[in-house]
Amino acid sequence: MKILVVDDEKDVRALFEQRFRREIRSGQFAFTFAYSGEEALDFLHAHPSEVVLILSDINMPGMSGLELLKRIRQEYAAPPPPLPPQVMMITAYGDEESHQQALQLGANDFLTKPVDFTALKAKLTSMASHEN
Amino acid sequence: MNFNTSVLISIVPALLIVRGLRRFLDLPVRMPRFNALLNHIWVPGVVLMGLAYLFEWKSDQLDEFYIFIVLSIVVLVLIRLSFYRPARTLLLAVAPYTLYAAIELLIAVTGRDLLKEYDDVFETSQGFAFIWLFTFLFIARSQKKSLEAERLQREEEEKAKRLIEAQNAELERLVAERTSTLTQQTEELREALTELRTTQAQLIQAEKMASLGELTAGIAHEIQNPLNFVTNFSDVSAELITELDEERQKSERDPELEAELLEDLRQNLTKITFHGQRAASIVRGMLEHSRASSGERQPTDLNVLADEYLRLAYHGLRAKNKAFNATMNTDFDPNLGQIEAVSQDLGRVLLNLFTNAFYAVHKKQEAHPQDGYVPTVSVRTHRTAENTVEVHVRDNGAGIPEGMQQKIFQPFFTTKPTGEGTGLGLSLSYDIVTKGHGGTLTVESEEGTGTEFIITLPA
Repeated sequence: MKILVVDDEKDVRALFEQRFRREIRSGQFAFTFAYSGEEALDFLHAHPSEVVLILSDINMPGMSGLELLKRIRQEYAAPPPPLPPQVMMITAYGDEESHQQALQLGANDFLTKPVDFTALKAKLTSMASHEN
Repeated sequence: MNFNTSVLISIVPALLIVRGLRRFLDLPVRMPRFNALLNHIWVPGVVLMGLAYLFEWKSDQLDEFYIFIVLSIVVLVLIRLSFYRPARTLLLAVAPYTLYAAIELLIAVTGRDLLKEYDDVFETSQGFAFIWLFTFLFIARSQKKSLEAERLQREEEEKAKRLIEAQNAELERLVAERTSTLTQQTEELREALTELRTTQAQLIQAEKMASLGELTAGIAHEIQNPLNFVTNFSDVSAELITELDEERQKSERDPELEAELLEDLRQNLTKITFHGQRAASIVRGMLEHSRASSGERQPTDLNVLADEYLRLAYHGLRAKNKAFNATMNTDFDPNLGQIEAVSQDLGRVLLNLFTNAFYAVHKKQEAHPQDGYVPTVSVRTHRTAENTVEVHVRDNGAGIPEGMQQKIFQPFFTTKPTGEGTGLGLSLSYDIVTKGHGGTLTVESEEGTGTEFIITLPA
């Protein structure tokens, strides 16, 4: 299952790679990282229908996570093919307003920082098993 | 009965003489007691007459004798008053005639023949004595007049002098009054000034605290991020150690994996240190910002300072309004180098400019939500050929109308609603840049396009 992580903090990569070491090794998950909304869109355009799940930070300079979400939902508006990716929003501001906005824009889930990796792992594993 | 009536007749000229003497010499003032006695000038005349009647003594010289007595009294008065110049002159006038009268009387009493024999001489002498008398009377009169005139003039002068003195005293009083009023006013002004200074210091502190309040959320966010990494990397490192332990229990160990785990551990520790320091530096910056400025210049990297405060300002506004988002462009001149500056103070200036810029783009975004407007705040640093460094803070907000551009650096000028801004931010920033660092703070703005603030500092 290919997962795209979008966050302006570059150390997120090391964190994810270590947290999901076993899953990555076993080939259960494959992570790709983008450091801005724009970069994420570029990647999606270059690799269509590869990414199954997008984990995106909301609060980023430039294109915000919500903006990215909006763009993705617009581009994948028409039903398959390709299958639209799942989008999980992650934010340091766990406020209700952002939450509502994210859901309204079509986010599949909403997480707050600091990310509970155990819970996240469980969610991803269940998604992966669903997919299979 | 034979009265010496001639004596009675002589009393009349005696009274006239006394009257003249009184008026001429001001006797009631100069010699009040003697003046009173002069009222009895008739007494000797009457006494003489009485004696002559009693002794039935008939003499032609009785009236002359009386006149002589009167003259003697006059001379006596004049001698007593000889300190007075007209009196002396008068004495000079009367003396020959008195002398003549005395001699004539003496001769008449002793031997009448002599008188007849030298009749011409006596008559001539009497004539001379009279002329002398009247001449000197006249002189005395004019002396008196001139003395009187002098006295009057002196009195006038005295009066004028008194008047001037009175005026002087009045002026002195007025001056004293004015001086006391002025002193009081000065005192009041000084107090007002002290009060103003205190208020100003309080306002500056309030402004600082207000901007710190705006910062709090930004700081919280900025600290939260590195702290999350510290927590996460610590957690994951614990996991790595468990994994490593498990690996070492195995009979067939994978040295490659062990090396990888160890390498990750090493990396994580570096990252924990890095993010820990990042949080610490933010806390340090916040403390520095809230502390009263030491005013000490230290080598400062404006690129770092601008980056730090750009993020703080952004997150500060984000904390207040979650829906807000803006693009931040940074263009830092790698050759900027360090400059001597009071970093807390310059930090406040930058924070203020960034906050304003974000505020401006946010307002514009609110006004035009659907136009595809991308709120953008840019910061650019750059070292000029004139050996100065410039920091450009640019926003693509609504811009500042030209008429307002001159006012924005004035204290208490604000376009924000009451309670949202102190109106001191830019004015304090201006002071910090110009007075504190010998630089300039200028603004370039175009309505509808955006605003750019330029800090220029000597390198």
